[in-house]
Amino acid sequence: MFDWKWEFVWEILPRLVQATGNTLIAAGAGYGIALVLGLVLAIAQRTPYRLLTFVVRELVEFIRSTPLLLQIFFVFYVGPQFGLRLSPWMSGMIAIGLHYSCYLSEVYRGGLDSVPRGQWEAATALNMTVVQKYRRIIIPQAIVPAVPGFGNYLVGIFKDTPMLSVIGVAELIHTANAIGSEHYRFLEPYTLVGLIFLAISLPAAGMIKVFENFVRRRMGMK
Amino acid sequence: MEDMSGYPLELTGENIPMVSFKKVRKSYGSLTVLDDLDLDVNAGEMVSIIGPSGSGKTTVLRMLMTLETINSGVIYVDGKPLTHMPGKGGKLVPASARHLHERRADIGMCFQHFNLFPHMTALENCMEGPVQVLGLSKAEARDRSEELLELVGMIGKKDQHPSRLSGGQQQRVAIARALAMRPKVMLFDEVTSALDPEVIGEVTNVIRKLVSEHNLTMLMVTHQMGFARDISDRVCFFYDGKIEEQGPPADLFGKPQRERTQQFLSAVREAI
Ligand SMILES: Nc1ncnc2c1ncn2[C@@H]1O[C@H](COP(=O)(O)OP(=O)(O)OP(=O)(O)O)[C@@H](O)[C@H]1O
Ligand SMILES: [Mg+2]
Repeated sequence: MFDWKWEFVWEILPRLVQATGNTLIAAGAGYGIALVLGLVLAIAQRTPYRLLTFVVRELVEFIRSTPLLLQIFFVFYVGPQFGLRLSPWMSGMIAIGLHYSCYLSEVYRGGLDSVPRGQWEAATALNMTVVQKYRRIIIPQAIVPAVPGFGNYLVGIFKDTPMLSVIGVAELIHTANAIGSEHYRFLEPYTLVGLIFLAISLPAAGMIKVFENFVRRRMGMK
Repeated sequence: MEDMSGYPLELTGENIPMVSFKKVRKSYGSLTVLDDLDLDVNAGEMVSIIGPSGSGKTTVLRMLMTLETINSGVIYVDGKPLTHMPGKGGKLVPASARHLHERRADIGMCFQHFNLFPHMTALENCMEGPVQVLGLSKAEARDRSEELLELVGMIGKKDQHPSRLSGGQQQRVAIARALAMRPKVMLFDEVTSALDPEVIGEVTNVIRKLVSEHNLTMLMVTHQMGFARDISDRVCFFYDGKIEEQGPPADLFGKPQRERTQQFLSAVREAI
């Protein structure tokens, strides 16, 4: 019953390693988009412009309460109707980046809110502009308490990349499926994929903790 | 809309005060915190503000630092309007963000809780404004900041982050940071209230030094009556959003005229 073939493992490993690379690229690019866009969405919700604040808040709420899979389909299949013809790769990274930017905007928001009002006032007393205040004083301090949240979503985005397989992005699951149907063997590819996810996700938590301490030290906060 | 015709676009004449509050009113909802405040502070003058909790002392400084807007009246700094700017028809209109940015450069402030930037060292705290806002080169800003850290006796700790400094040390760095912007007016809001008694002296000594060696205009809110008496040119006693009594410290502390001043001062003395 338990019929594990090592030679098959060695045969498919190079393809899975390559797919791991693709998965990491997709997760990394999506995360990069989410980090930048998330900050923009968070700050947009703090401007004095009521309408902008309202629209952005509703948009974030909307994206957070609909499934990522739907958003991936939307960008890929509905996008062309609006003249947005993107490759599976591009569609996937944009959808996942957009989705996670909404979650990260909440993390940023928490971080930004945690910066005491006195910091803003001290920056005003130095006659800084709004942009200078955010860039030099507020964001650097907001990042510190946000690091754990950032870390959780980094692992989250990594574990969500299999959804990109539905539009044909050659990430891990997609590759394992392809291997399985070519060889009529699914045990080894799926097991390996599971182990690869485990091997990357597990140390991530520890590394995030190390990174958090590093940031705190760099910022002179104990 | 308030009728602004009674307020000049600029103060003229001899001895223009450095700071001038003209009929300034501040309220939060239905609570009037300051009522038609008139207060002039001359260039180089050190004015202390004393009074019971909630009488509006902090609000005076915060309005001047543009941390609070005002409901009516005008504040002038160095003869030019701060809260307003000349508009069409030769009348004052509420200041734009740009006008505030321009006029705010004359004012610096130190806070009760220091508000140093925790992610920067003492030196970086002092250099931040000069580099970012005044556009000084790093080298110029460093020279200026080190000179001021020397003045406040903090040069030995210039590379420490605030979390490694005591309250008194942090407040001295905060004073240096404010001075690095070369303001004409310095505001101190209870800068010793959050400090342990044994380190209050190191901060008051710095302020003493500023009074004797620098020609700054200063407004200081304090609960330390002895200190106010020592160094002020004038003391204002605030009560319920108004200046109840003001005068040279010897008069105000020595022979207060108003009953509320007498009550306040005797209550403060009993507390000691
Ligand atoms: N943001 C605000 N919203 C509502 N009321 C406020 C606000 N800030 C201050 N006040 C009120 O304004 C009044 C004056 O406050 P202010 O801080 O100027 O008093 P203070 O004289 O500095 O008192 P203390 O000695 O306690 O510092 C108080 O009644 C206070 O409750
Ligand atoms: Mg106060």
